[in-house]
Amino acid sequence: MSSSASANAAAANAVKPAASAEQSLFKRFISPQNRYLPPLFITCILLISQVSFGVLESFSRTLLAIATAMVFELVLSNLVYKKMPVLASAYITGISVGILCRTPEYWPFALTSAIAITSKYVIRWRGQHLWNPSNFAIAVMLLIVPEYFSTLGIQWGNAVWPMLLVWALGAVITYRVKRFHITATYVVSFIAFSFVRSLVTGHPFFAEVAPITGPMYQLFIFFMITDPKTTVKSKQGQIAVAVLVAVAEMIFRLLQGVMPGGLEILSIDAPYYALTLVGPAAMAIDIVRNPQKYNKPAGGQAKPLSTAAAV
Amino acid sequence: MRIVLALLFVSLIGGPLIYKRMEARNKAAAVNVDQNEAMKRYGFSFQESSKAAGVNFKYTPPTLDAKLNHIMPEVASMGAAVSVVDFDRDGWQDFYVTNGGEGSRNALYRNNHDGTFAEVADSMGIADVNQAGTGVSTGAVWGDYDNDGYEDLFLYKWGRPELFHNDGGKHFTRVTEQADLPKWVNANSAVWFDYDADGKLDLFLGGYYNENIDLWHLKDTKIMPESFEYANNGGRKYLFHNLGSGKFEEVSEKMGLTSTRWSLAAIAADLRGTGYPDLFIANDYGVSELFINEGGKHFREIGKDSGVGYAPKSGMGASVADVLNDGRLGVYVSNISEPGILIQGNNFWLPDAKTASPKFQNMANAMGIALGGWSFGSQFGDFNNDGFQDLYVTNGNVSLDKEKNYWYDFTKVAGGNKAIISDAANWPPSTGRSLAGYQQKKVFLNDGAGQFKEIAQAVGIKDVYDGRSIALADFGNRGVLDVVSANENGPVLLYRNTVAPTNHWIEFDLQGEGSNRSAIGTEVHVYWNGQQQLQEVSGGSGFCAQNDRRLHFGLGKSASIDKVEIRWPSGKTQTVKPSELDKVYTVKEVS
Repeated sequence: MSSSASANAAAANAVKPAASAEQSLFKRFISPQNRYLPPLFITCILLISQVSFGVLESFSRTLLAIATAMVFELVLSNLVYKKMPVLASAYITGISVGILCRTPEYWPFALTSAIAITSKYVIRWRGQHLWNPSNFAIAVMLLIVPEYFSTLGIQWGNAVWPMLLVWALGAVITYRVKRFHITATYVVSFIAFSFVRSLVTGHPFFAEVAPITGPMYQLFIFFMITDPKTTVKSKQGQIAVAVLVAVAEMIFRLLQGVMPGGLEILSIDAPYYALTLVGPAAMAIDIVRNPQKYNKPAGGQAKPLSTAAAV
Repeated sequence: MRIVLALLFVSLIGGPLIYKRMEARNKAAAVNVDQNEAMKRYGFSFQESSKAAGVNFKYTPPTLDAKLNHIMPEVASMGAAVSVVDFDRDGWQDFYVTNGGEGSRNALYRNNHDGTFAEVADSMGIADVNQAGTGVSTGAVWGDYDNDGYEDLFLYKWGRPELFHNDGGKHFTRVTEQADLPKWVNANSAVWFDYDADGKLDLFLGGYYNENIDLWHLKDTKIMPESFEYANNGGRKYLFHNLGSGKFEEVSEKMGLTSTRWSLAAIAADLRGTGYPDLFIANDYGVSELFINEGGKHFREIGKDSGVGYAPKSGMGASVADVLNDGRLGVYVSNISEPGILIQGNNFWLPDAKTASPKFQNMANAMGIALGGWSFGSQFGDFNNDGFQDLYVTNGNVSLDKEKNYWYDFTKVAGGNKAIISDAANWPPSTGRSLAGYQQKKVFLNDGAGQFKEIAQAVGIKDVYDGRSIALADFGNRGVLDVVSANENGPVLLYRNTVAPTNHWIEFDLQGEGSNRSAIGTEVHVYWNGQQQLQEVSGGSGFCAQNDRRLHFGLGKSASIDKVEIRWPSGKTQTVKPSELDKVYTVKEVS
């Protein structure tokens, strides 16, 4: 072996561990154990969208939603469980509210976050909270103060690439945190049921499938229905629940026109109400059938995965 | 602890419900009053008097290409417009209203000086302007483009725009070809203004649908906005520079007006105190645009930098006023608010100062003028002569079946990707359903301290037609502002205003000499009793509308005014001190 070959080999050897370290770092970064990955992801979505298209009502309103969620989490966790909480979950709740809430008023942003976080501490069964917090709060706000509150229902921009980028990133991250099957099941179900709805209503298929191309659904499929704290434990169960949410949503949508006055909102914001209805029911059944999987003491520190996507 | 938590949770949800109940009770108390009580509380009230005034006009909509049949009411929903003018210079304000059906006739109501009007459009030659193949009217603005003392008519359409010369108040002559106007523009906004201060009125024309689309003969159905709030595939903008002798040169590209957003309203006003009018454009399906006027030589869009072009909404009307009586003109933009579905809120953009690069804050919510409905036309005026500018906002989109609405299907496609929303074929059929129909109008009363109170029903505004265009005028030369309302698929309404006689007023009928004869762009500052108010003569405002060109100032109980400063578009300034109040003053520009 020549000296230069030796040097090359040494260099190669020197490089290998570095490459492995980088790979390992990358894997660790995009892993279920990285509790900061989903907050980072949603923050990236928000910043890119806001800088590119100006999607928010205002930064100040979104910051109000985030601050309210974190303050409520901090105070309630200390009062109830006497411990400092991991704020990643509250941060995602706040940022989701800040994105999804559409109103020129300030107070709905704070109130929605407050209801979301408080619901986690109040509505519990056998030590578990059943509703996804932001989903629950938005569903409540739409019913109690529709005069001042609506949710995101439009595109961000008019180009396809931002949507594809978010979908690609979201798919990679949910796959790494072992939740992609839920997202994929829901998306496939939604598209299939869009076809069914199109047959029933006679409306164009593209009109029925249109909602899922919007950013509201991106938050819904990547952050809400995948929330580990409010989804059943088994993979098969999660897939079944995702299908059931899509079924419930289809029913709400098909009932539009026959909903009594004031409840039309159930059709217009069908995904929120489908998840509000199906999610807790599935959780309750799972807790009864598999109590051993839910033996964590109430208020126990959430596992990293749990904080990962709890919005 | 659980009890405390439960109480907190219940109060978070129950609190807003209790607040709503209290607010509803207060609103009901404010609304359920008779005319006498309204007069006592608010100092004015309106009486709908179109029939008594001889105004019997009902708008008919166009029937566009059959490919749009499934959503025809939603697409063919804009064209009812009203503009005020004293076309015969008799000192009494007349008004012109547009129609939308193919072959339908527009109407010109001449003021009979006795509270009634005579319809004279046919004899004046400006009625039969919606003939098949030429498109249909969507609005009209008046301006004396040749400075002969008579206001000429620019009629914009989804179709061929038209210019009519006013022949001494006796007849109108079509001069479209001489003016070299484009063959087809799907326009919903136009304003007369003298952007270069050369003493001749120029004209802005804003396209809505792309100008290559003939809505009666569609090649395909891909004509809709490419996004609900980020659309750029609308109509181009036109800026016609007045060359004199009835000729215009189209200079939009040269001057920097290159937007292709879906414009529904525009207003020109000197928002920065430069002496040149800036151009504010309210766009449907997107952000508003503010084109600042750089010395009459170029326009530069600063919407995003100034704050007005940040959050996209559905701009449908634009009007300006000095609502705080501090010399700053704010811009009100009407949008859509539907409970639980789409709460955009209307905007009121108030500049931080009258500077070359102002920053605007949206004060609508803080001032209580954000929530309207599906809002179109809006106009500011002092309805009770108390010295503060109030606000009238008309609402309502499509009123068909009261029990069924199109919102659900509308929101489905509105949230869809460009490939879906831009093709009308993807839009579900509306089949006789309403979309934001039967909506109440709003009259916001300015308390002078930055807060407005909504009192429409209390002061007699109770119609629920699909309001489009609103214009204010002192039709009786009584020192009060009446309201004309043009409604889609509905009648033209004339709300006659009665104001408690305790408040004083003054009005100015301005005539430019070195400036354009219509005095459009002239600023008038009235100072009285430690207060001031700024108004500017406008060549079009609101939604497809134009107010009385004369400026009306309420003065409250003040028995005198300190001074009146007038700045003409030419740059000349004049200071006058009227000795008497409660009069209309004619002021000519000093030469």
